[in-house]
Order: sequence, then structure tokens, then C-alpha cells
Amino acid sequence: MTVSALVARIRARRSARPRSWRARLVAAVPMVWLLVFFLAPFLFVLKIALARSRIGIPPYEPLLEWAESGLLQIRLNLANFAFLFEDPLYTSAYLSALQIAATATVICLAIGYPMAYAISKVRQPLRNMLLMLVILPFWTSFLIRVYAWIGILKNEGLLNGFLMWLGLIDHPLPLLHSAFAVQVGIVYSYLPFMILPIFAALDRMDPTLSEAAQDLGCRPFEVILKVTIPLSLPGVIAGCLLVFIPAAGEFVIPDLLGGSNVLMIGSILWNEFFLNRDWPVASAVAVMMLILLVVPLMLFQRWQERQEDRKA
Amino acid sequence: MSARRRPWGIVTVLAFGYAFLYVPIALLIIYSFNESKLVTVWSGFSVKWYGELARNEQLLTAAWLSLRIAFASACGATVLGTMAAYVLDRFGRFRGRTLMTGMIAAPLVMPEVITGLAMLLLFVAMEQLTGWPEGRGSTTIGIAHTTFATAYVAIVVRARLKQIDRSLEEAALDLGAKPWRVFFAITLPIIGPSLAAGWLLSFTLSLDDLVIASFVSGPGSSTLPMVIFSSVRLGVSPQINALATVFVVTVAVIVFTAGRLLTRRDRPRPASRA
Repeated sequence: MTVSALVARIRARRSARPRSWRARLVAAVPMVWLLVFFLAPFLFVLKIALARSRIGIPPYEPLLEWAESGLLQIRLNLANFAFLFEDPLYTSAYLSALQIAATATVICLAIGYPMAYAISKVRQPLRNMLLMLVILPFWTSFLIRVYAWIGILKNEGLLNGFLMWLGLIDHPLPLLHSAFAVQVGIVYSYLPFMILPIFAALDRMDPTLSEAAQDLGCRPFEVILKVTIPLSLPGVIAGCLLVFIPAAGEFVIPDLLGGSNVLMIGSILWNEFFLNRDWPVASAVAVMMLILLVVPLMLFQRWQERQEDRKA
Repeated sequence: MSARRRPWGIVTVLAFGYAFLYVPIALLIIYSFNESKLVTVWSGFSVKWYGELARNEQLLTAAWLSLRIAFASACGATVLGTMAAYVLDRFGRFRGRTLMTGMIAAPLVMPEVITGLAMLLLFVAMEQLTGWPEGRGSTTIGIAHTTFATAYVAIVVRARLKQIDRSLEEAALDLGAKPWRVFFAITLPIIGPSLAAGWLLSFTLSLDDLVIASFVSGPGSSTLPMVIFSSVRLGVSPQINALATVFVVTVAVIVFTAGRLLTRRDRPRPASRA
């Protein structure tokens, strides 16, 4: 038996030992916190989505009630969900959210992959510097980065001014308050989330593989197509999920850059809650969003878990 | 591969990519020194917007509140996240492990509107049942931020825990040290930098969050992003440009100093790992 196998067995036995109350406490504290403050809230969303709205505090009726006969009565109300399907506004907001998020994800990939590839080809210490520059915008305020694009895209903004100065157009293009503006905003804000996992995958790759392909007669372009891209696919998938899922539920970007012309489901939820004060409908919208996002969410979790296990 | 040839392709990609990332920020900074109230018309150099920013009481109050919430939730998230990371990395298989991994992964991608609404409904229900928390405000924002930042800390710390050489801890255990003593005397100093990174990440995430804070805040507790958002919604204002410049400069200084410190500490180490 090799030494490393022996060490692994000793470690396995050690971690399988019955644990002291201290160890149990260490596991219990974060577990309970996350159960109470992360998982339990979703049950309340589901509960309120089935309640009837009313005017008062809180603005919904209780689900469980003691009827006069002394029986516990449950009143489920599916009207909120029916309402979402009847009104074409909600369906189109769902579809446009998915469409905008998907387009933005593809654009992000088209910009992010070459960037990640280029960074992986640069030598140290410049490479660390470039990576830090990818992360740096993420540390500055998200809101302010979106705000920057208002000044660039609006009618009397910098981009229109520049294009008119070049003589390409003679009157400003209506760039702001369009699906295009929202996509630009999403691509800009989420680009680091695309670059970093792809870079990580490329960085892990064994460089001798592409050298071997080249020695066997592949052209540089073919090497990228047949060796590099397939091997970096896990990073690509992770990056796409990290961009697509939050982008589909985005509220700030469509609100600031899309205005009233672009309706995304995140803004619908926000408006139902803050403007209409209809908590049950807002909850129903959230439930529908979750149902829609549950497949990509599970994919993401599977990927995350495999990532952790592989490193172990 | 192409060591001889000049990699023009790579240089072009990087130039365009970084231009896309940084031109908007550069424009923000340049126009913060513009005298005109119209953000996009240059009329002369001035620092008057910085003066107005320094006199904007509402903004300063909100910034102070945001900083306090960010500090508290970063501390909470670092403790909880480190515990979660340690449990996931060192406890092997245990009941609820998959659930815990899920609850660590989900907050990273969960749309904020959903998290925010869910949190709010929880707080309302808790108040109805137990009388706590009384109303909503900085406490509820702090709890919400701690919860989602815990996930980020756990990811960062876990990555570090995985890299470290465990023979040091094992030696200490074999020599009779209690597990908690091993953790504080050996593991914690080694993973320290990742805790600092996690803390900073949580701090910025909390400072930056608009959506979740809007759901779980109450009257009189407007955080900085909430104030910025309402002012941005009314239109562009040079004061926001000035604020953006302050943000960018502060963050750049902190990140580069932290980066220098971390690389200096890491440098003499690689030879020690077998």
C-alpha cells in the first residue's frame, strides 16, 4: 500500500469517528442559520402565493383558520397563478426576460471566452495583474456601473455624440430604454462571472495536450476547436449559468436602462410588491420564476459539487 | 506555442476587452470634474460636485448606515461561512451534507428579487408569531446580508482549506492537541488570508446591495444604494459621478494593497508543499 493511500485511509477513519458535542455544534450553527434564513423563507413565499390579498398589515389573509365549528380550515387560493396566465403581460415579461438573458449570455460568452483564453496565454506576473483588473470593477458599486451606461447611451449621450461627430449618423439613435441597452448593461455587469470560471478551466488544462495535437499536424485554429474548447467546456457551462440565472431575474438593469419599454419578470415582481402592494401576486411571480430557474439552478449545484469533489 | 511570433490576436482581444470594462468607468471619473450640471456637456474643470457631495446630509447618513451594516454582516458571514466551509471540507459524509452544499451554492445565483421577497415574508411571519424582529430596519438588513454573504465566504474559505497541507494538523493531533486547539493554533493562521478575502467580499457585497435591502428595510433605514438608486432614477447627476470616483479610488487602493500584501506573504511558501 502506498503512503498516500494509507494517509487517505487514516483520514477517512478520523472523519468517520463519532463526534464530540463541540464538533456537532460547529456543524449545527451554520446549518440552522441557513435553514432558518435561507430555506424557510421559500416556504413562506409558497404560502403567501396561495393566500388571498387584502388591505391591511400584513396585506394577505391567513391560510389556516379556525372555522366556527372548531375545525381547522385551510383555504388555498390558486387565483393568483391563474391571474398570471390570463394576463398576457406576465407571459410576455417571462419570455422577454428569458430572451434578453439568453442573448446577453451568448454575447458575454463571445467576449469572455477570447478574453479568458488571452489571459491564460499571458505570462506571470502580468497574468495576475490582468485577472485582478477583471475582478476590480466587480468591487466597485454595481449600481454605479449601470449608471455609467445611462450617460453613454442616452440621446444626448456620449456614444450618440461620438457617432454624430464621426458623421456616421445625423440625428441621435434611441439607444437608451431599449432591449439593446438592457443587454449591454447585463453583459457589462456580468462579464467577470463569465471570464473567471472559463479562465480557471483553461488554467487547469494540461498544456502538453495542445502541444501534442500540434505535433500531430493540427493547425493552431484546429487545436483551439478540437482540444481547447472541449476541455474548457465545464468552465463555459459554469460561466453561462452564473450569468444567465441572475440576469433572468435582474431588476436594476431593466429598470434603469430599459425604462418602461422593456418588461422583465424581475421588474414585474418589484412593481407588484412596491407599487401595487399585492404581496400574494408578487409571491406567485416568485414561485413561477423559481420553477423556471430550477433546472439551471440544479445544474449549477451539480457542477459546484463536482468541482469540490474533484479538487478533494 | 507561438513564442517567436508576436501574438497580435491576443493583444487585440485584451485591448478591446479591457477597454470595454474600463472606458465607462473612466468616463464617469472624467465627467465628475465637469463644471456643467449637464453630465455629458464639458464646460470646464471643477471640483464643486465633490463639495456638494460632502454636504449632502441624506447621502452621508445613508453611507454611515451602510458601512455599519456591512461591517456587522461581514463579521457574521465570516464566522458562519468559515464554520460551514470547515464542516463541508473536514467532516466527510454526514447527514444533511447535500442540503448544506445546496444552501451554499444557491445564494450565488438566486435572483435577488426572490431572495429579498422571501426574506421579507419570513421576517413578517416571525414577527407575527414571536414578536421579533420588531418592525424592519438595520437588523433585518444585516441578517439578510449575513445570510447571502455566508455562501460567498464558505466558497472562498473552502477553496483554501482544500489546498493546505494537512500533515501539520495531523501532527498536532497525534501529539495530543484537542481538535479545537488545532483549529485555532494551526488551521486558522494558515487559512487567515482567505478569511480576510471573504470578509472583504462580504463587506463589498453588503455595501453594494440594493434589491434585498429594499425589501427588508423599514422606514428611516435607507442604505446608500437605496439613496443612489432613487437619485439616479430622477436623472443623471454629477454628484453621483463624484461619488463613483470616490468609490473607484478607494476600492482600487484597497485591492492593490491587499494584493501586494497577499503575494508577499505567499511567495516563500511553494517549496514547502510536497
